[in-house]
Amino acid sequence: MGDGATLAERARGNGAGESDATEQPGPFTISGPGLVGTLASLGAGAARAGQAVAGRVVGPVADQLRTRLTADFDDRDPDYIRDNLPLVWLLSSLWFRGEVRNLGNVPEDRPVLMVGNHSGGNMTPDTILFTLAFSTYFGVERPFYQLAHNLVLASPYGQILRKYGTVAASHAHAREALKSGAALLVYPGGDWEVHRPIWERHRINFAGRKGFIRLALEAGVPIVPVVSIGGQETSLFLSRGDRLARALGLDRIFRLKVLPISLALPWGLNVGDFLGHLPLPAKITVEVLPPIDLVEQFGPEPDFDEAYDHVVRVMQECLDSLAAERRLPIIG
Amino acid sequence: MRLKESIEISAPQSLVWEYLADPTNYLHFMSGVTRWEPASDRRSGLGARYRMLLRVGAAEVGGVIEFVEWRPETDMAWTSVTGVDQRGRWRVRALPDERTRVELRYAYGVAGAGIAGLVAERVAAPSISRHLRRSLQQLKRQVEHEQLREVARRRRETTSPA
Repeated sequence: MGDGATLAERARGNGAGESDATEQPGPFTISGPGLVGTLASLGAGAARAGQAVAGRVVGPVADQLRTRLTADFDDRDPDYIRDNLPLVWLLSSLWFRGEVRNLGNVPEDRPVLMVGNHSGGNMTPDTILFTLAFSTYFGVERPFYQLAHNLVLASPYGQILRKYGTVAASHAHAREALKSGAALLVYPGGDWEVHRPIWERHRINFAGRKGFIRLALEAGVPIVPVVSIGGQETSLFLSRGDRLARALGLDRIFRLKVLPISLALPWGLNVGDFLGHLPLPAKITVEVLPPIDLVEQFGPEPDFDEAYDHVVRVMQECLDSLAAERRLPIIG
Repeated sequence: MRLKESIEISAPQSLVWEYLADPTNYLHFMSGVTRWEPASDRRSGLGARYRMLLRVGAAEVGGVIEFVEWRPETDMAWTSVTGVDQRGRWRVRALPDERTRVELRYAYGVAGAGIAGLVAERVAAPSISRHLRRSLQQLKRQVEHEQLREVARRRRETTSPA
């Protein structure tokens, strides 16, 4: 996968129906579900086979998804964010009793790459809380983008998230955002991390994805670690279901590496979490750590493994101390 | 949403005003305020701008404010330039026996936020009221402490041998 290719180009490429078996997951995409390409190829295949009905149904859906996954940084709407902050504030303050510490560690006058851990299945309440806190602290006027999994943007909530500055995860989008001078939030752990079982809730798990290190070096921006706790207590997450996904062939068909299994409201047993769930009111705490300048700390040509280990270690230490503060699950 | 709190301080009006007019004091006595720093060349007085943040619930809210009214020793008022819509006013009035009554008025809201905005304003009100009350109590404590020091300084000057 060429780094320079936009997601739209990748989607168009996939839409030709030729799956790229050598394509590796991007730095922030977790299993690279390639939903657009899959649907588009399904549409094309169906049409070729004379299955006109399937083609008519799937084709427009693929077109719609292409539109949704094409990053347009102008979709971010500060007025929309401002108008909706009270609702998000109510949710974050009353339901999650949110607390965000040390936002002053984020440099104010330059682009910055914020690297976070996140939790809570597809609902990720820590992301909602942090977006609120960032927007009120720096003002909605400061450009702020977040990278998200393709499936998130393809969901019915995708259109809303685009107004908040969420764009499909790709190295090209990330570079473009930083080049424009914006603050960028990435979650390298992606859905591998967010669907981890509850007994791993106090563990930073980026699954070895080091794309953010390369991105920070290329863009010449500092990394600001953002550590959150509490999100993985909003449901009883039992398993990522990665074996199940493989057994069902989902990784081959939809390139889905996980099929999470949890006990969640209102479904009870929740497989896939495709429709989301009602999160339990767990207290969410987010702490922003001081910026890490990779060149200053590791020299002009840092070892990626060393830099990655350093960032993860710093974040794990913070998560350990946040975990030590918590007295009871959910209550905090 | 409009809130109002007041307090009586055992110090002359001029001393209270002097304390309020100095922006470096705000982080010391304003409860819940996490930031109050100049955002304009003018550091104090009419037209001075500050970036301020107040912790309410899960977020620090505020933005850039500008002082739009400045009547020495009696009134100063600010309004928001960016961020949450807000207006604030200090009313400083002299009382007999070198006492002063200070009133802090604060109005806030988010225009265009609909029902959620109205609910959020009301949910936030007790917390903001608490901040206003504590701010006035801390202002009273600080200014009266300054007053005591001033009185002690004068006493030392009059009793010290020439």
